[in-house]
Amino acid sequence: MLAGIKTRDLRKVYTSAPPLAAGGGFGFGATRAKGKKQPKPQIVALDGLSLEVAPGEIFGLLGPNGAGKSTTVGVLTTRVRPTGGQAWIGEHDVWAEQVAVKRLIGVVQQRPNLDFTLTAREILLFHGAYFGIDSRVRAERAEKLLDRFKLTDRAEQMVRGFSGGMMQRLSIARAMMHDPQVLFLDEPSAGLDPQTRLLLWEIIREYNQSGKTILLTTHNMEEADALCRRLAIIDHGRNIALGTPAELKASVPGGYLLRLRFGQHTPELLQRLQGLAGVREVRATGNDNNSADIYADRGGSLVSEIANLAAVAAVELCDVHISEPSLENLFLHHTGRSLRD
Amino acid sequence: MNWKTFLALLGRDAHVARRNIVPLFLQTFLQPMMFVFIFGRVMVSSGYMPPAYKSLLLPGIMAISMVFTGVWAVAMPLIGEFQFTREIEDRLLAPINISWLAIEKVIFGTMQAVIAGLVVIPAAWLLLRPGVGLNLSSPLAFACVTLLVALFSSCGGLALGCSVEQTHIGLMFSMVLTPMIFFGCTYYPWSALGHFPILQKVVLINPLVYASEGLRGTLVPQFPHISVWAVLIVLAFFDLMFLFVGLKRFRAKAVS
Repeated sequence: MLAGIKTRDLRKVYTSAPPLAAGGGFGFGATRAKGKKQPKPQIVALDGLSLEVAPGEIFGLLGPNGAGKSTTVGVLTTRVRPTGGQAWIGEHDVWAEQVAVKRLIGVVQQRPNLDFTLTAREILLFHGAYFGIDSRVRAERAEKLLDRFKLTDRAEQMVRGFSGGMMQRLSIARAMMHDPQVLFLDEPSAGLDPQTRLLLWEIIREYNQSGKTILLTTHNMEEADALCRRLAIIDHGRNIALGTPAELKASVPGGYLLRLRFGQHTPELLQRLQGLAGVREVRATGNDNNSADIYADRGGSLVSEIANLAAVAAVELCDVHISEPSLENLFLHHTGRSLRD
Repeated sequence: MNWKTFLALLGRDAHVARRNIVPLFLQTFLQPMMFVFIFGRVMVSSGYMPPAYKSLLLPGIMAISMVFTGVWAVAMPLIGEFQFTREIEDRLLAPINISWLAIEKVIFGTMQAVIAGLVVIPAAWLLLRPGVGLNLSSPLAFACVTLLVALFSSCGGLALGCSVEQTHIGLMFSMVLTPMIFFGCTYYPWSALGHFPILQKVVLINPLVYASEGLRGTLVPQFPHISVWAVLIVLAFFDLMFLFVGLKRFRAKAVS
Protein backbone atom coordinates (compact mmCIF):
# COMPACT_ATOMS: atom_id res chain seq x y z
CA MET A 1 0.00 0.00 0.00
CA LEU A 2 1.43 3.35 -1.03
CA ALA A 3 1.15 6.15 1.47
CA GLY A 4 1.64 9.87 1.11
CA ILE A 5 1.87 12.65 3.67
CA LYS A 6 -0.49 15.55 4.17
CA THR A 7 -0.67 18.36 6.67
CA ARG A 8 -3.23 21.10 6.96
CA ASP A 9 -2.63 24.33 8.87
CA LEU A 10 -0.25 22.67 11.27
CA ARG A 11 0.59 24.80 14.28
CA LYS A 12 2.87 24.10 17.19
CA VAL A 13 3.62 26.44 20.03
CA TYR A 14 6.07 25.25 22.65
CA THR A 15 5.60 26.57 26.15
CA SER A 16 8.90 25.19 27.40
CA ALA A 17 12.23 24.37 25.82
CA PRO A 18 11.73 22.78 22.41
CA PRO A 19 11.83 19.06 22.81
CA LEU A 20 14.56 16.57 22.30
CA ALA A 21 11.84 14.48 20.69
CA ALA A 22 11.71 16.91 17.83
CA GLY A 23 15.42 16.47 17.44
CA GLY A 24 16.02 19.66 19.35
CA GLY A 25 15.88 21.71 16.19
CA PHE A 26 16.43 24.91 18.08
CA GLY A 27 19.90 25.92 18.98
CA PHE A 28 19.15 27.36 22.38
CA GLY A 29 17.86 26.11 25.70
CA ALA A 30 15.00 28.10 27.14
CA THR A 31 14.63 27.51 30.85
CA ARG A 32 11.28 26.45 32.18
CA ALA A 33 9.44 29.21 33.97
CA LYS A 34 8.88 28.46 37.63
CA GLY A 35 5.61 29.31 39.31
CA LYS A 36 2.56 30.95 37.85
CA LYS A 37 3.60 34.58 38.06
CA GLN A 38 6.07 34.44 35.25
CA PRO A 39 4.37 33.68 31.94
CA LYS A 40 5.87 30.69 30.16
CA PRO A 41 7.92 31.58 27.13
CA GLN A 42 6.01 30.82 23.97
CA ILE A 43 7.94 29.63 20.98
CA VAL A 44 6.01 29.33 17.75
CA ALA A 45 7.65 26.47 15.87
CA LEU A 46 4.96 25.85 13.24
CA ASP A 47 2.70 28.60 12.05
CA GLY A 48 0.07 27.10 9.78
CA LEU A 49 2.13 24.70 7.72
CA SER A 50 0.29 22.92 4.90
CA LEU A 51 2.06 20.34 2.78
CA GLU A 52 1.15 17.48 0.52
CA VAL A 53 3.65 14.81 -0.36
CA ALA A 54 2.60 12.31 -3.02
CA PRO A 55 3.09 8.59 -2.45
CA GLY A 56 6.45 7.46 -3.82
CA GLU A 57 7.94 10.93 -3.80
CA ILE A 58 11.23 12.11 -2.30
CA PHE A 59 10.26 15.38 -0.72
CA GLY A 60 12.64 17.79 0.94
CA LEU A 61 12.08 20.32 3.69
CA LEU A 62 14.75 22.95 3.32
CA GLY A 63 15.34 25.65 5.86
CA PRO A 64 17.81 27.06 8.35
CA ASN A 65 18.14 25.90 11.96
CA GLY A 66 15.00 26.61 13.92
CA ALA A 67 12.77 26.89 10.84
CA GLY A 68 10.43 24.15 12.12
CA LYS A 69 11.73 21.20 10.10
CA SER A 70 12.28 18.87 13.04
CA THR A 71 8.99 19.87 14.64
CA THR A 72 7.22 19.02 11.38
CA VAL A 73 8.87 15.60 11.41
CA GLY A 74 8.01 15.28 15.13
CA VAL A 75 4.32 15.94 14.50
CA LEU A 76 4.19 13.60 11.50
CA THR A 77 5.81 10.79 13.49
CA THR A 78 3.49 11.05 16.56
CA ARG A 79 6.26 12.45 18.72
CA VAL A 80 5.04 16.04 18.98
CA ARG A 81 1.46 16.96 19.78
CA PRO A 82 0.29 19.66 17.38
CA THR A 83 -1.26 22.78 18.89
CA GLY A 84 -3.55 23.09 15.90
CA GLY A 85 -4.22 21.66 12.44
CA GLN A 86 -4.11 18.10 11.21
CA ALA A 87 -1.66 15.66 9.70
CA TRP A 88 -2.15 12.39 7.84
CA ILE A 89 0.07 9.53 6.79
CA GLY A 90 -1.79 7.72 4.02
CA GLU A 91 -5.40 7.55 5.20
CA HIS A 92 -4.55 7.77 8.88
CA ASP A 93 -4.83 10.83 11.05
CA VAL A 94 -1.46 10.98 12.81
CA TRP A 95 -2.72 12.07 16.22
CA ALA A 96 -5.92 9.98 16.32
CA GLU A 97 -4.50 6.74 14.88
CA GLN A 98 -1.00 6.65 16.24
CA VAL A 99 -0.46 2.91 16.20
CA ALA A 100 -1.57 2.56 12.57
CA VAL A 101 0.68 5.47 11.63
CA LYS A 102 3.66 4.04 13.50
CA ARG A 103 3.34 0.85 11.47
CA LEU A 104 3.70 2.85 8.25
CA ILE A 105 6.65 5.02 9.16
CA GLY A 106 10.38 4.69 9.74
CA VAL A 107 12.13 7.57 11.45
CA VAL A 108 15.72 8.74 11.55
CA GLN A 109 16.02 11.59 13.98
CA GLN A 110 18.56 14.34 13.83
CA ARG A 111 20.50 13.04 16.78
CA PRO A 112 21.39 9.37 16.93
CA ASN A 113 19.17 7.80 19.59
CA LEU A 114 20.41 4.25 19.54
CA ASP A 115 19.83 1.84 22.39
CA PHE A 116 23.24 1.97 24.08
CA THR A 117 22.73 -1.24 26.03
CA LEU A 118 22.58 -3.34 22.85
CA THR A 119 24.94 -4.35 20.06
CA ALA A 120 24.43 -3.10 16.51
CA ARG A 121 22.84 -6.37 15.40
CA GLU A 122 20.62 -6.57 18.49
CA ILE A 123 19.36 -3.05 17.80
CA LEU A 124 18.13 -4.18 14.39
CA LEU A 125 16.77 -7.48 15.67
CA PHE A 126 14.82 -5.95 18.55
CA HIS A 127 13.50 -3.21 16.28
CA GLY A 128 12.20 -5.94 13.96
CA ALA A 129 10.70 -7.73 16.95
CA TYR A 130 8.80 -4.61 18.05
CA PHE A 131 7.16 -4.69 14.62
CA GLY A 132 6.25 -8.36 14.98
CA ILE A 133 8.57 -9.61 12.23
CA ASP A 134 9.32 -13.31 12.71
CA SER A 135 12.78 -14.23 13.84
CA ARG A 136 14.09 -15.80 10.61
CA VAL A 137 13.08 -12.81 8.45
CA ARG A 138 14.44 -10.50 11.13
CA ALA A 139 17.86 -12.13 11.09
CA GLU A 140 18.02 -12.07 7.28
CA ARG A 141 17.06 -8.42 7.05
CA ALA A 142 19.47 -7.39 9.78
CA GLU A 143 22.28 -9.19 7.99
CA LYS A 144 21.42 -7.52 4.68
CA LEU A 145 21.18 -4.04 6.19
CA LEU A 146 24.42 -4.40 8.16
CA ASP A 147 26.11 -5.36 4.94
CA ARG A 148 24.49 -2.56 2.94
CA PHE A 149 25.54 0.06 5.49
CA LYS A 150 29.01 -1.47 5.85
CA LEU A 151 28.61 -2.34 9.51
CA THR A 152 28.98 -6.11 9.37
CA ASP A 153 32.40 -6.17 11.03
CA ARG A 154 31.11 -4.13 13.97
CA ALA A 155 27.77 -5.95 14.24
CA GLU A 156 28.50 -7.67 17.53
CA GLN A 157 29.86 -4.60 19.30
CA MET A 158 28.02 -2.33 21.68
CA VAL A 159 27.12 0.90 19.89
CA ARG A 160 28.40 3.07 22.73
CA GLY A 161 31.83 3.06 21.15
CA PHE A 162 30.66 3.84 17.61
CA SER A 163 31.69 6.99 15.77
CA GLY A 164 29.03 9.55 14.90
CA GLY A 165 28.93 8.42 11.28
CA MET A 166 28.50 4.77 12.23
CA MET A 167 25.68 5.63 14.63
CA GLN A 168 23.99 7.60 11.88
CA ARG A 169 24.28 4.71 9.42
CA LEU A 170 22.90 2.28 12.00
CA SER A 171 20.00 4.66 12.77
CA ILE A 172 19.07 4.66 9.09
CA ALA A 173 19.41 0.89 8.83
CA ARG A 174 17.16 0.55 11.88
CA ALA A 175 14.51 2.80 10.36
CA MET A 176 14.47 0.59 7.25
CA MET A 177 14.35 -2.65 9.23
CA HIS A 178 10.55 -3.00 9.17
CA ASP A 179 10.35 -1.84 5.53
CA PRO A 180 8.19 1.24 6.23
CA GLN A 181 6.07 2.86 3.52
CA VAL A 182 7.14 6.33 4.56
CA LEU A 183 10.66 7.12 5.66
CA PHE A 184 11.49 10.29 7.58
CA LEU A 185 15.09 11.42 7.55
CA ASP A 186 15.88 14.43 9.69
CA GLU A 187 19.21 15.83 8.49
CA PRO A 188 20.37 12.39 7.38
CA SER A 189 23.81 13.32 6.15
CA ALA A 190 24.82 15.66 8.97
CA GLY A 191 28.19 14.52 10.23
CA LEU A 192 28.81 12.01 7.45
CA ASP A 193 31.98 12.05 5.39
CA PRO A 194 31.53 12.69 1.62
CA GLN A 195 31.93 9.04 0.72
CA THR A 196 29.32 7.85 3.20
CA ARG A 197 27.04 10.65 2.10
CA LEU A 198 27.14 9.34 -1.45
CA LEU A 199 26.42 5.83 -0.18
CA LEU A 200 23.48 7.19 1.76
CA TRP A 201 22.12 9.04 -1.27
CA GLU A 202 22.36 5.86 -3.31
CA ILE A 203 20.50 3.91 -0.62
CA ILE A 204 17.80 6.59 -0.36
CA ARG A 205 17.24 6.56 -4.14
CA GLU A 206 17.15 2.79 -4.18
CA TYR A 207 14.63 2.70 -1.35
CA ASN A 208 12.48 5.24 -3.15
CA GLN A 209 12.55 3.16 -6.33
CA SER A 210 10.66 0.44 -4.50
CA GLY A 211 7.74 2.88 -4.28
CA LYS A 212 8.42 4.27 -0.81
CA THR A 213 7.74 7.86 0.16
CA ILE A 214 10.66 9.73 1.66
CA LEU A 215 10.59 13.01 3.51
CA LEU A 216 13.96 14.46 4.36
CA THR A 217 14.98 17.67 6.00
CA THR A 218 18.22 19.37 5.21
CA HIS A 219 19.92 22.68 5.08
CA ASN A 220 22.31 21.36 2.51
CA MET A 221 21.27 22.63 -0.93
CA GLU A 222 23.38 20.14 -2.76
CA GLU A 223 21.60 17.30 -1.01
CA ALA A 224 18.15 18.74 -1.63
CA ASP A 225 19.05 19.26 -5.26
CA ALA A 226 20.52 15.80 -5.72
CA LEU A 227 17.74 13.81 -4.07
CA CYS A 228 14.42 15.59 -3.93
CA ARG A 229 11.75 15.58 -6.59
CA ARG A 230 10.03 18.46 -4.85
CA LEU A 231 11.04 20.83 -2.12
CA ALA A 232 9.37 23.07 0.37
CA ILE A 233 11.38 25.92 1.75
CA ILE A 234 10.26 26.70 5.26
CA ASP A 235 11.19 29.49 7.58
CA HIS A 236 9.62 30.54 10.89
CA GLY A 237 7.26 27.56 10.67
CA ARG A 238 5.73 28.65 7.38
CA ASN A 239 5.99 27.27 3.91
CA ILE A 240 7.51 30.03 1.80
CA ALA A 241 8.12 28.27 -1.50
CA LEU A 242 7.22 24.92 -3.04
CA GLY A 243 8.21 23.18 -6.28
CA THR A 244 10.82 21.08 -8.02
CA PRO A 245 14.40 22.20 -7.43
CA ALA A 246 14.55 23.47 -11.03
CA GLU A 247 11.25 25.38 -10.76
CA LEU A 248 12.30 26.95 -7.53
CA LYS A 249 15.64 27.99 -8.90
CA ALA A 250 14.02 29.42 -12.03
CA SER A 251 11.73 31.52 -9.85
CA VAL A 252 14.66 33.70 -8.81
CA PRO A 253 14.99 36.70 -11.15
CA GLY A 254 18.40 36.91 -12.71
CA GLY A 255 19.35 33.67 -11.13
CA TYR A 256 22.22 32.96 -13.56
CA LEU A 257 25.69 34.29 -13.08
CA LEU A 258 28.13 34.41 -16.04
CA ARG A 259 31.73 35.15 -15.15
CA LEU A 260 33.66 36.37 -18.17
CA ARG A 261 37.36 36.95 -18.82
CA PHE A 262 38.53 39.04 -21.76
CA GLY A 263 41.95 40.03 -23.19
CA GLN A 264 41.06 43.65 -22.49
CA HIS A 265 37.45 44.92 -22.41
CA THR A 266 36.23 48.40 -23.11
CA PRO A 267 33.42 50.48 -21.57
CA GLU A 268 31.57 50.34 -24.91
CA LEU A 269 31.59 46.54 -24.88
CA LEU A 270 30.18 46.44 -21.35
CA GLN A 271 27.48 48.88 -22.43
CA ARG A 272 26.51 46.62 -25.30
CA LEU A 273 26.47 43.55 -23.06
CA GLN A 274 24.04 45.39 -20.80
CA GLY A 275 21.72 45.73 -23.78
CA LEU A 276 21.40 41.98 -24.41
CA ALA A 277 17.98 40.45 -23.70
CA GLY A 278 17.72 38.98 -20.21
CA VAL A 279 20.79 40.69 -18.78
CA ARG A 280 20.07 42.33 -15.44
CA GLU A 281 23.40 43.72 -14.46
CA VAL A 282 26.95 43.89 -15.80
CA ARG A 283 29.74 44.48 -13.36
CA ALA A 284 33.41 44.93 -14.19
CA THR A 285 35.59 43.00 -11.77
CA GLY A 286 39.32 42.90 -11.21
CA ASN A 287 41.68 45.83 -11.70
CA ASP A 288 43.11 45.27 -15.14
CA ASN A 289 39.98 45.60 -17.31
CA ASN A 290 39.82 41.96 -18.23
CA SER A 291 36.99 40.47 -16.13
CA ALA A 292 33.25 41.04 -15.84
CA ASP A 293 30.27 39.38 -14.09
CA ILE A 294 26.91 39.28 -15.80
CA TYR A 295 23.75 38.61 -13.82
CA ALA A 296 21.05 37.35 -16.18
CA ASP A 297 17.79 35.43 -16.53
CA ARG A 298 19.38 32.88 -18.83
CA GLY A 299 22.71 31.15 -18.99
CA GLY A 300 24.11 29.14 -21.95
CA SER A 301 22.05 30.87 -24.64
CA LEU A 302 23.78 34.17 -23.86
CA VAL A 303 27.26 32.84 -24.60
CA SER A 304 27.09 33.03 -28.42
CA GLU A 305 25.68 36.57 -28.27
CA ILE A 306 28.45 37.65 -25.92
CA ALA A 307 31.04 36.05 -28.21
CA ASN A 308 29.55 37.89 -31.22
CA LEU A 309 29.66 41.27 -29.46
CA ALA A 310 33.25 40.65 -28.38
CA ALA A 311 34.23 39.72 -31.95
CA VAL A 312 32.58 42.89 -33.33
CA ALA A 313 34.46 45.00 -30.75
CA ALA A 314 37.69 43.13 -31.55
CA VAL A 315 38.07 42.00 -27.94
CA GLU A 316 39.30 38.49 -27.23
CA LEU A 317 36.95 36.38 -25.08
CA CYS A 318 39.19 34.05 -23.03
CA ASP A 319 36.89 32.32 -20.55
CA VAL A 320 33.19 31.93 -19.67
CA HIS A 321 31.89 30.33 -16.50
CA ILE A 322 28.15 29.85 -15.95
CA SER A 323 26.70 29.40 -12.44
CA GLU A 324 23.21 27.96 -12.48
CA PRO A 325 20.61 29.40 -10.13
CA SER A 326 21.16 27.82 -6.74
CA LEU A 327 18.90 27.12 -3.80
CA GLU A 328 21.19 29.33 -1.80
CA ASN A 329 20.23 32.24 -4.10
CA LEU A 330 16.63 31.19 -3.83
CA PHE A 331 16.62 31.13 -0.06
CA LEU A 332 18.31 34.49 0.00
CA HIS A 333 15.73 35.80 -2.41
CA HIS A 334 12.75 34.59 -0.34
CA THR A 335 13.96 35.30 3.17
CA GLY A 336 16.66 37.90 2.80
CA ARG A 337 18.84 35.55 4.84
CA SER A 338 21.48 33.09 3.85
CA LEU A 339 20.85 29.43 4.68
CA ARG A 340 24.02 29.37 6.70
CA ASP A 341 23.05 32.28 8.93
CA MET B 1 -3.24 -4.21 22.44
CA ASN B 2 -0.43 -5.67 20.42
CA TRP B 3 1.02 -8.65 22.28
CA LYS B 4 3.92 -9.32 19.94
CA THR B 5 5.24 -5.81 20.43
CA PHE B 6 4.62 -5.94 24.17
CA LEU B 7 6.52 -9.23 24.53
CA ALA B 8 9.36 -7.90 22.38
CA LEU B 9 9.65 -4.89 24.70
CA LEU B 10 9.77 -7.22 27.71
CA GLY B 11 12.30 -9.37 25.85
CA ARG B 12 14.54 -6.38 25.32
CA ASP B 13 14.54 -5.49 29.02
CA ALA B 14 15.15 -9.11 30.01
CA HIS B 15 18.04 -9.28 27.56
CA VAL B 16 19.64 -6.15 29.00
CA ALA B 17 19.12 -7.38 32.58
CA ARG B 18 20.67 -10.75 31.72
CA ARG B 19 23.69 -8.99 30.30
CA ASN B 20 24.10 -7.00 33.54
CA ILE B 21 23.28 -9.85 35.89
CA VAL B 22 26.39 -9.61 38.09
CA PRO B 23 26.26 -5.85 38.86
CA LEU B 24 22.49 -6.17 39.23
CA PHE B 25 22.93 -8.97 41.75
CA LEU B 26 25.56 -7.11 43.78
CA GLN B 27 23.54 -3.92 43.73
CA THR B 28 20.43 -5.70 44.99
CA PHE B 29 21.81 -7.99 47.64
CA LEU B 30 25.14 -6.72 48.90
CA GLN B 31 23.81 -3.96 51.12
CA PRO B 32 20.89 -5.89 52.68
CA MET B 33 23.10 -8.90 53.33
CA MET B 34 25.70 -6.76 55.09
CA PHE B 35 22.92 -5.26 57.15
CA VAL B 36 21.60 -8.70 58.02
CA PHE B 37 25.06 -9.87 58.98
CA ILE B 38 25.92 -6.90 61.22
CA PHE B 39 22.56 -6.41 62.93
CA GLY B 40 21.27 -9.95 62.89
CA ARG B 41 24.48 -11.81 63.53
CA VAL B 42 27.17 -9.59 65.04
CA MET B 43 24.91 -7.49 67.27
CA VAL B 44 22.82 -10.48 68.38
CA SER B 45 25.81 -12.78 69.03
CA SER B 46 27.51 -10.08 71.08
CA GLY B 47 24.39 -9.60 73.16
CA TYR B 48 23.54 -6.02 72.16
CA MET B 49 20.32 -7.20 70.48
CA PRO B 50 17.94 -9.90 71.74
CA PRO B 51 17.90 -13.14 69.65
CA ALA B 52 14.31 -12.49 68.59
CA TYR B 53 15.51 -9.48 66.62
CA LYS B 54 16.71 -11.84 63.87
CA SER B 55 13.15 -12.81 63.01
CA LEU B 56 11.90 -9.26 63.33
CA LEU B 57 14.58 -7.94 61.00
CA LEU B 58 14.11 -10.35 58.11
CA PRO B 59 10.76 -9.07 56.77
CA GLY B 60 12.04 -5.49 56.96
CA ILE B 61 15.14 -6.37 54.97
CA MET B 62 12.95 -8.13 52.45
CA ALA B 63 10.80 -5.01 52.10
CA ILE B 64 13.85 -2.78 51.63
CA SER B 65 15.33 -5.07 48.99
CA MET B 66 12.07 -5.27 47.07
CA VAL B 67 11.39 -1.55 47.11
CA PHE B 68 14.95 -0.64 46.27
CA THR B 69 15.04 -3.16 43.40
CA GLY B 70 11.68 -2.15 41.95
CA VAL B 71 12.38 1.58 42.10
CA TRP B 72 15.87 1.12 40.72
CA ALA B 73 14.78 -1.25 37.93
CA VAL B 74 12.20 1.18 36.58
CA ALA B 75 13.41 4.65 37.53
CA MET B 76 17.09 4.45 36.63
CA PRO B 77 16.70 3.22 33.02
CA LEU B 78 13.86 5.72 32.46
CA ILE B 79 15.87 8.66 33.76
CA GLY B 80 18.75 7.68 31.50
CA GLU B 81 16.69 6.88 28.42
CA PHE B 82 14.73 10.12 28.51
CA GLN B 83 17.91 12.18 28.66
CA PHE B 84 19.84 13.77 25.85
CA THR B 85 20.49 10.46 24.09
CA ARG B 86 16.76 9.63 23.92
CA GLU B 87 17.48 5.94 23.88
CA ILE B 88 13.81 5.23 24.48
CA GLU B 89 12.78 6.81 21.18
CA ASP B 90 12.88 3.61 19.15
CA ARG B 91 10.50 1.95 21.60
CA LEU B 92 8.19 4.96 21.64
CA LEU B 93 7.93 4.50 17.86
CA ALA B 94 7.02 0.81 18.21
CA PRO B 95 3.49 0.07 16.97
CA ILE B 96 1.78 0.09 20.35
CA ASN B 97 0.20 2.79 22.49
CA ILE B 98 3.05 4.44 24.40
CA SER B 99 1.37 3.81 27.77
CA TRP B 100 2.01 0.09 27.25
CA LEU B 101 5.72 0.80 27.22
CA ALA B 102 5.36 2.27 30.72
CA ILE B 103 3.26 -0.70 31.80
CA GLU B 104 5.87 -3.06 30.40
CA LYS B 105 8.50 -1.30 32.52
CA VAL B 106 6.26 -1.69 35.58
CA ILE B 107 5.70 -5.39 34.95
CA PHE B 108 9.40 -5.99 34.44
CA GLY B 109 10.26 -4.02 37.59
CA THR B 110 7.62 -5.96 39.53
CA MET B 111 9.12 -9.26 38.43
CA GLN B 112 12.57 -8.14 39.51
CA ALA B 113 11.28 -6.95 42.87
CA VAL B 114 9.48 -10.24 43.52
CA ILE B 115 12.63 -12.19 42.66
CA ALA B 116 14.72 -9.92 44.90
CA GLY B 117 12.27 -10.42 47.79
CA LEU B 118 12.15 -14.18 47.37
CA VAL B 119 15.94 -14.48 47.17
CA VAL B 120 16.42 -12.42 50.34
CA ILE B 121 14.49 -14.93 52.47
CA PRO B 122 16.78 -17.98 52.01
CA ALA B 123 19.93 -15.80 51.84
CA ALA B 124 19.11 -14.04 55.10
CA TRP B 125 17.97 -17.27 56.67
CA LEU B 126 21.34 -18.85 55.85
CA LEU B 127 23.21 -15.89 57.29
CA LEU B 128 21.14 -15.71 60.45
CA ARG B 129 20.53 -19.32 61.38
CA PRO B 130 19.90 -20.66 63.84
CA GLY B 131 17.10 -18.84 65.53
CA VAL B 132 14.95 -17.41 62.72
CA GLY B 133 11.35 -18.19 63.51
CA LEU B 134 9.57 -17.87 60.14
CA ASN B 135 5.91 -18.80 60.44
CA LEU B 136 4.24 -18.77 57.05
CA SER B 137 0.71 -19.51 58.11
CA SER B 138 -1.09 -18.08 55.08
CA PRO B 139 0.88 -18.44 51.85
CA LEU B 140 -1.89 -16.72 49.89
CA ALA B 141 -1.77 -13.61 52.07
CA PHE B 142 2.01 -13.63 51.82
CA ALA B 143 1.83 -13.89 48.00
CA CYS B 144 -0.67 -11.02 47.83
CA VAL B 145 1.41 -8.78 50.08
CA THR B 146 4.60 -9.62 48.15
CA LEU B 147 2.95 -8.83 44.82
CA LEU B 148 1.46 -5.55 46.04
CA VAL B 149 4.80 -4.48 47.56
CA ALA B 150 6.58 -5.27 44.28
CA LEU B 151 3.95 -3.36 42.29
CA PHE B 152 4.16 -0.38 44.61
CA SER B 153 7.92 -0.26 44.18
CA SER B 154 7.83 -0.46 40.38
CA CYS B 155 4.92 1.98 40.03
CA GLY B 156 6.75 4.30 42.41
CA GLY B 157 9.83 3.84 40.23
CA LEU B 158 7.78 4.89 37.19
CA ALA B 159 6.48 8.01 38.91
CA LEU B 160 9.92 8.92 40.26
CA GLY B 161 11.76 8.07 37.06
CA CYS B 162 9.50 10.37 35.04
CA SER B 163 9.74 13.21 37.59
CA VAL B 164 13.44 13.29 38.43
CA GLU B 165 16.14 14.70 36.17
CA GLN B 166 19.47 12.93 35.83
CA THR B 167 21.22 15.63 37.81
CA HIS B 168 18.89 14.99 40.77
CA ILE B 169 19.39 11.24 41.13
CA GLY B 170 21.54 11.70 44.25
CA LEU B 171 18.84 13.90 45.73
CA MET B 172 16.21 11.29 44.94
CA PHE B 173 18.11 8.78 47.06
CA SER B 174 18.89 11.06 49.96
CA MET B 175 15.56 12.91 50.04
CA VAL B 176 13.09 10.19 49.09
CA LEU B 177 14.45 6.67 49.46
CA THR B 178 16.62 7.02 52.58
CA PRO B 179 13.93 8.69 54.79
CA MET B 180 11.44 6.19 53.42
CA ILE B 181 13.63 3.32 54.58
CA PHE B 182 14.41 4.75 58.02
CA PHE B 183 10.82 5.75 58.72
CA GLY B 184 9.44 2.67 56.99
CA CYS B 185 9.29 0.36 60.02
CA THR B 186 11.89 -1.83 58.36
CA TYR B 187 14.25 -2.27 61.33
CA TYR B 188 11.53 -2.10 63.97
CA PRO B 189 7.79 -2.81 64.11
CA TRP B 190 5.32 0.04 63.80
CA SER B 191 4.19 -0.56 67.40
CA ALA B 192 7.71 0.35 68.54
CA LEU B 193 6.89 3.94 67.62
CA GLY B 194 4.28 3.99 70.42
CA HIS B 195 6.53 6.26 72.44
CA PHE B 196 6.48 8.84 69.63
CA PRO B 197 2.74 9.20 69.03
CA ILE B 198 3.03 12.01 66.48
CA LEU B 199 5.75 10.28 64.50
CA GLN B 200 3.73 7.08 64.64
CA LYS B 201 0.84 8.82 62.86
CA VAL B 202 3.06 10.70 60.42
CA VAL B 203 4.89 7.62 59.16
CA LEU B 204 1.57 6.20 58.01
CA ILE B 205 1.93 8.24 54.83
CA ASN B 206 5.01 6.16 54.02
CA PRO B 207 4.01 3.18 51.87
CA LEU B 208 7.07 1.24 53.01
CA VAL B 209 5.47 1.02 56.49
CA TYR B 210 2.71 -1.14 55.02
CA ALA B 211 5.20 -3.20 53.05
CA SER B 212 7.30 -4.00 56.14
CA GLU B 213 4.29 -4.55 58.36
CA GLY B 214 2.53 -6.69 55.76
CA LEU B 215 5.54 -8.96 55.31
CA ARG B 216 5.99 -9.08 59.08
CA GLY B 217 2.32 -10.02 59.50
CA THR B 218 2.57 -12.86 56.99
CA LEU B 219 6.11 -14.15 57.70
CA VAL B 220 6.55 -13.62 61.47
CA PRO B 221 3.00 -13.04 62.79
CA GLN B 222 4.22 -13.70 66.33
CA PHE B 223 5.39 -10.05 66.44
CA PRO B 224 2.97 -7.13 66.71
CA HIS B 225 1.98 -5.83 63.27
CA ILE B 226 -0.64 -3.79 61.45
CA SER B 227 -3.61 -5.88 60.30
CA VAL B 228 -2.85 -7.67 57.03
CA TRP B 229 -6.20 -6.63 55.57
CA ALA B 230 -5.46 -2.98 56.21
CA VAL B 231 -2.04 -3.47 54.64
CA LEU B 232 -3.54 -5.04 51.52
CA ILE B 233 -6.07 -2.24 51.07
CA VAL B 234 -3.57 0.59 51.61
CA LEU B 235 -0.93 -1.01 49.38
CA ALA B 236 -3.50 -1.48 46.60
CA PHE B 237 -4.37 2.20 46.95
CA PHE B 238 -0.70 3.25 46.73
CA ASP B 239 -0.17 0.94 43.73
CA LEU B 240 -3.03 2.53 41.81
CA MET B 241 -2.06 6.06 42.77
CA PHE B 242 1.58 5.65 41.73
CA LEU B 243 0.54 3.90 38.52
CA PHE B 244 -1.85 6.72 37.65
CA VAL B 245 0.69 9.45 38.42
CA GLY B 246 3.49 7.52 36.72
CA LEU B 247 1.53 6.97 33.49
CA LYS B 248 0.50 10.59 33.37
CA ARG B 249 4.05 11.79 33.82
CA PHE B 250 5.36 9.24 31.37
CA ARG B 251 3.01 10.45 28.64
CA ALA B 252 3.90 14.06 29.37
CA LYS B 253 7.58 13.25 29.13
CA ALA B 254 7.30 11.08 26.03
CA VAL B 255 5.33 13.49 23.83
CA SER B 256 6.15 17.15 23.53
